[in-house]
Amino acid sequence: MKTLLLALCFALSLGHSALAQTRSVQDVLQSQRALIEESSRRTIGPAIDALVASGLPQIQKVLEIWQAKDMWQRKADGLFFTATKEADGTYRLRDFDQGADVGTAAASDLRQLKPNSGVRAMIATALVQFQLSDPDVAKRADALDSIARDPEVALLAPLRASIKGETDADILARKTRLERLMSMAYDSDVATRVAAINDMSGDLGVDFRATLNPILSVTRVVSKTRPEANIAQKLIVGSDALTRDAAYALLVAAGDAPVEITADARDATLEAHIDGGRVAGFPAAQLSTEVARDAAYDALVARDLAAPRVTQADIDASLATYRFFDVYAEPSQAVTDAAEAALAASETRVAISQAADLGLDALSLASIYFLAAIGLAITFGVMGVINMAHGEFIMMGAYTGYVVQMFVPNHTVSILISVPLAFAVTFAAGVALERLVVRWLYHRPLETLLATFGVSIALQQLAKNIFGTQARPLTSPPWLDGAWVINDVVSISYIRIAIFILALLFLALFLFIMKRTRLGLETRAVTQNPRMAASMGINPDRVNMLTFGLGSGIAGIAGVAIGLFAKVTSEMGSDYIVQSFMTVVVGGVGNIWGTLAGAAMIGGFQKGVEFLNPSNTLAAQTYMIIFIIIFIQFRPRGIIALKGRAAGD
Amino acid sequence: MKTTTALASALAALTALPVMAADCPVKVGVLHSLSGTMAISETTLKDTMLTLIDQQNAKGGVLGCQLEAVVVDPASDWPLFAEKARELLTVQDVDVIFGNWTSVSRKSVLPVIEELNGLLFYPVQYEGEESSRNVFYTGAAPNQQAIPATDYFLEELGIEKFALLGTDYVYPRTTNNILEAYLQSKGIAQSDIFVNYTPFGHSDWSKIVADVVALGADGKKVGVISTINGDANIGFYKELSAAGISADDIPVVAFSVGEEELSGLDTSNLVGHLAAWNYFQSADTPANAEWIAAWKDRMGEERVTNDPMEAHYIGFNMWVNAVTDAGSADVDAVRTAMYGQEFPNLTGGTAVMLPNHHLAKPVLIGEITAEGQFDIISQTSEVPGDAWTDFLPQSAKLMSDWKDLGCGMYNTETKTCVQTLSNY
Amino acid sequence: MNRSFIARNPSVLIFLALLALFTLVVTGLSEGFGIGFISTSFVKVLGKTLCLCLIAIAMDLIWGYTGILSLGHFAFFGLGGYMIGMWLMYERTRQIVENALSEGVLPPTPEEIETGIGNQIFGVVGSSDFPLIWAFADSFVLQLAFVVLVPGILALVFGWLAFRSRVTGVYLSILTQAMTLGLSLYLFQNASGLRGNNGLSGLQNLPGVTAPQSVVSLWFFWASALALALGYLLVAWVVSGKFGSVIRGIRDNEARVRFLGYSVETYKLAVFTLTACISGIAGALYYPQAGIINPAEVAPIASIYLAVWVAIGGRGRLYGAVIGTAFVSLVSSWFTGGQAPDVPLGFYTVKWVDWWLVLLGLSFVMVTLYAPKGIGGLIDLLKRKRKDADA
Repeated sequence: MKTLLLALCFALSLGHSALAQTRSVQDVLQSQRALIEESSRRTIGPAIDALVASGLPQIQKVLEIWQAKDMWQRKADGLFFTATKEADGTYRLRDFDQGADVGTAAASDLRQLKPNSGVRAMIATALVQFQLSDPDVAKRADALDSIARDPEVALLAPLRASIKGETDADILARKTRLERLMSMAYDSDVATRVAAINDMSGDLGVDFRATLNPILSVTRVVSKTRPEANIAQKLIVGSDALTRDAAYALLVAAGDAPVEITADARDATLEAHIDGGRVAGFPAAQLSTEVARDAAYDALVARDLAAPRVTQADIDASLATYRFFDVYAEPSQAVTDAAEAALAASETRVAISQAADLGLDALSLASIYFLAAIGLAITFGVMGVINMAHGEFIMMGAYTGYVVQMFVPNHTVSILISVPLAFAVTFAAGVALERLVVRWLYHRPLETLLATFGVSIALQQLAKNIFGTQARPLTSPPWLDGAWVINDVVSISYIRIAIFILALLFLALFLFIMKRTRLGLETRAVTQNPRMAASMGINPDRVNMLTFGLGSGIAGIAGVAIGLFAKVTSEMGSDYIVQSFMTVVVGGVGNIWGTLAGAAMIGGFQKGVEFLNPSNTLAAQTYMIIFIIIFIQFRPRGIIALKGRAAGD
Repeated sequence: MKTTTALASALAALTALPVMAADCPVKVGVLHSLSGTMAISETTLKDTMLTLIDQQNAKGGVLGCQLEAVVVDPASDWPLFAEKARELLTVQDVDVIFGNWTSVSRKSVLPVIEELNGLLFYPVQYEGEESSRNVFYTGAAPNQQAIPATDYFLEELGIEKFALLGTDYVYPRTTNNILEAYLQSKGIAQSDIFVNYTPFGHSDWSKIVADVVALGADGKKVGVISTINGDANIGFYKELSAAGISADDIPVVAFSVGEEELSGLDTSNLVGHLAAWNYFQSADTPANAEWIAAWKDRMGEERVTNDPMEAHYIGFNMWVNAVTDAGSADVDAVRTAMYGQEFPNLTGGTAVMLPNHHLAKPVLIGEITAEGQFDIISQTSEVPGDAWTDFLPQSAKLMSDWKDLGCGMYNTETKTCVQTLSNY
Repeated sequence: MNRSFIARNPSVLIFLALLALFTLVVTGLSEGFGIGFISTSFVKVLGKTLCLCLIAIAMDLIWGYTGILSLGHFAFFGLGGYMIGMWLMYERTRQIVENALSEGVLPPTPEEIETGIGNQIFGVVGSSDFPLIWAFADSFVLQLAFVVLVPGILALVFGWLAFRSRVTGVYLSILTQAMTLGLSLYLFQNASGLRGNNGLSGLQNLPGVTAPQSVVSLWFFWASALALALGYLLVAWVVSGKFGSVIRGIRDNEARVRFLGYSVETYKLAVFTLTACISGIAGALYYPQAGIINPAEVAPIASIYLAVWVAIGGRGRLYGAVIGTAFVSLVSSWFTGGQAPDVPLGFYTVKWVDWWLVLLGLSFVMVTLYAPKGIGGLIDLLKRKRKDADA
């Protein structure tokens, strides 16, 4: 600590001398060389201050270059330059003062300065005063970002000054908002602060709450009398806010009460007083119970060899003489009252928004489950075929997307290609599986399960052999990056919205095919009574093949979507297979609305449990499974049960 | 005590010598999963070992013998690790085993290695709280990764509120326990630490990311310490970038994300987020350049190197030197010769094997770059690995010293050895 | 009765004789009591395989004879392992802690010992308190009873609910799979009190036993062989009588059996519970040989593999289940062990580590399509040939 202080003083004196002489940028940098090289947030402050204080016109540029990790140091003489990489791998150095070219140097002769993000944030704060009125809109936005991250009292004045000249409407709005927020925290006039708080009362922004909460921060005070301060509340010992133990611990910490003798301290005392195998007359070998040890300790106390134990009565007596208060750090009661009121006003709105956000998450999860399950709703729900390789079709779709992206670098085009291609690939795989395996087993559903499981592990291992075990990147097109931000609490990423829309499209497609096309009619006929359908001129083989292919193809498209938002690995299919079956079974086999209801229920239930127990997502999944098991016991046919003969067995 | 161990090892060395002379080739067991969920990470380490062994054989092997790799596949199946380890030690008679990745696989192998007096080099960062006589831990203990990274958060980034996100298994659990205790000792209130555990391979991150953002509402700077494992990271980082959280707003430091994991991701939206390791591929030293060149030459230009690979690199070379020093590949002789072994790190500086079977290694913190690499922004001097953390009350009083005390779990308060065999 | 049962089922006697012979041969070749031709690790592999055969018999009873494809029996197997594992772990740790504490100046109090054990067992998951489910971990007898009771009661409750609601066929399969998934997710949680992902380890070291593993492995091998023999006898007896006829009737036409006045649900529940108990015992013998039990063992895929073993061996015949299990699990370990030679094809080298699962998967398909009776079907063929020759 002492050395740190010394270094600080040293640095400060250097800074002043630099200020006095105002020489070149290099001089100023050299004067701060040690600090710049150390590049730590704790010590860099004086160096930045010195640079700013030098008042040189190039300082903004220098700071920006430094912040962008473009500042280099020549090892030989320690001089600082900006550098650009040449074609031959060497670096071309330029002087900061005139931008003069000072030749090239090999990378090994240079040291790149890499300020960490803490230092960069401090540089950004120093840059604010230059950038607030910069002609470049992006730099003004940077300056505002920087203020928002690290609001400092000193920045309030330049911010206010810059508002008048602001021409850009968005930036102006941000500046005004920031000015309001900083006024709450830093303005010297209580009335202005209260006005600013009341002005924004009930605002939903995280920044608003982040400004008010520190104003309302409290410290806990132990005192015999009521302290002269802005008191938040008087605490009652034994209430939830202050338990008896916590209160006594506060007293001990304040030095107003003796420490309780812990079991460890008691044992240490006993061990210290063993004399000829006996402690205060008790044989040490018999001290193998808590009671015996307590008795021996009390005997030691009686001989004045140990500190007496603190009894419950002692604790009660100590607690009775003191009072406990929460005291605001903020001295003005007007400000804290206004802040309390403003926060309370936000609270309801935040709660509603959080519920809405949770609802969106649940909806999103439900649409993912639905998307994964919809292919299964066709093969299992309509045809009654258990296809354990369904998950692997999802995986095949995702890998198709990955392969397409290897050849087509444009992400938008590649997605447009991969969706139909994934459908084609998995449709073909589905048809092959139906022709080669499933059709022989229509009357042995349990064996279909085993055979398709065999296909599933073979496909999984095959994918590993081809693509390796490492996860593969499947990157979404730029227009799906980012999130739709409704307010600071409610937002949802575009990719999830896309999945939601895709799920709706598939629902529509499914309904259209089943209700409005010849294939749908024939499928329903074949599932209800294959022999009757055959005698009506329908070819059940062809219908089964096409239906199975359709279900598999949809799984392939789902794979592309799931790969975009999560990961592409050979095992991604097995993550979804059990859940997908659950979705179909819970919803009610043979009914697409049931699958929809199943997905909605599972997604909603899981998010609900996550909300109740935010620290353990695994528990949410466990409870969901248990819930499903119990649910099926009571509604074995699912939420929407088919009635009549179609239900079959 | 001291003299008896010294005597015993001297005796062992003496008896082992003549046996060894005829015992060519020297067999090196490689116990890494080549199939199943962990193959993703462990196959690389198998290839690393084969590269190292080939390099050593090209230099003439060890003790005049060629080295022979015995590769088995425990298939990410934890009981199978124990079975394969027994097979390596009794059927194949290997002199040393390099292997394991997950903690549970190590716990599965421990009783076998200790029973048969084998020698295992374990290359992955782990939760500590263990020191076996028969295992050398060449990966980072918590004080060589988690604690320095947390210090960096506290001091360099000024973080006041922490979100500890992890996959639900023992490494994140123990690490987060240690970190919680550490943060509280640094004056961070319990209410300012948010902990969340997710299952392996978790992909639905929107709510958790929203929870983390919401932490900022009380005006404190929020940072995320991530012990999220493997594939789950991909969904996590995708959600993070979708939510537009920049490293300047909420920095994330990860302990299980290396170059390999980043290769499954588009990192352009993650620039500036952090990882803490003892090695990054971007480390600028001649030794590292040479190693990367050898690796790419063998495995392909697109392959990357990572921290556990360096751990095997150091561990293997130290073992070779220890065998040479001991003049024998006998386990007890080699173990004695291992203490104090020094070998240059790929990142500069020298790694030293300590009597607690851990290494002293530098800690590096890197920022993710758009190319899927790490930009090293902080590198400490060598930090000695600590088997028993100082920040949990029950292990603060424990220490490990196999050289002088001959004990891996020594209670410094009662001055007794709690146990010499591990309790798995 | 017993004599007529054996007389009616000569295959039972043949099986028991072969099993006894096998046990003797392995013992004679082992390191512990024999000439050391078979390594201890292989004795363990064989012992574990016998346990798998035992659960395969249970699976055959529930699936091959009763027609219920349960994908949850590995959950019962795992529970059996956890129950015995708790005692092994507790007792071993207690001895270590007591030894360590007895070196202190003061004799340890029961509370200190309890905390010490808690620290050692739950330290890995960052806790030291004993969860409620460990309340009886100090009692060998009770934990031994739990090996049968816990899987049995779970099966009873689950089966009662499921059969009562007439959940049948593939729905029941999916429901049992959900149960397995639920259990494995529960065990994965650290809050479950069973050490989460790490599970219980070091189970091969029996507390208070100083005999080397080469001997201990044989004890377990014998115990597994004995359990398999008893299990085989029990199940063969169950399926040979009237009870057997009823459950076969349920398999072939459930509705008809119900209309004949049998309480189908009771029969199913009895079989489901009995097989769960057998699975628990198999698990309790298996995991001390494997050395570690953790939630991954209970994952749904294990139960599917079990069904596949039985299918490959041949359903509806007990020796089929045994043959299938022994064959597939031993071949599996041979291929994944890296001992199988690579096949160079010139342009590509087939490494069995990579291709074994593909082969295994495709063989399921082949067996279900072309050999629904599995390997047992081959024996039928041989028998028929001999009969033809006799005639």
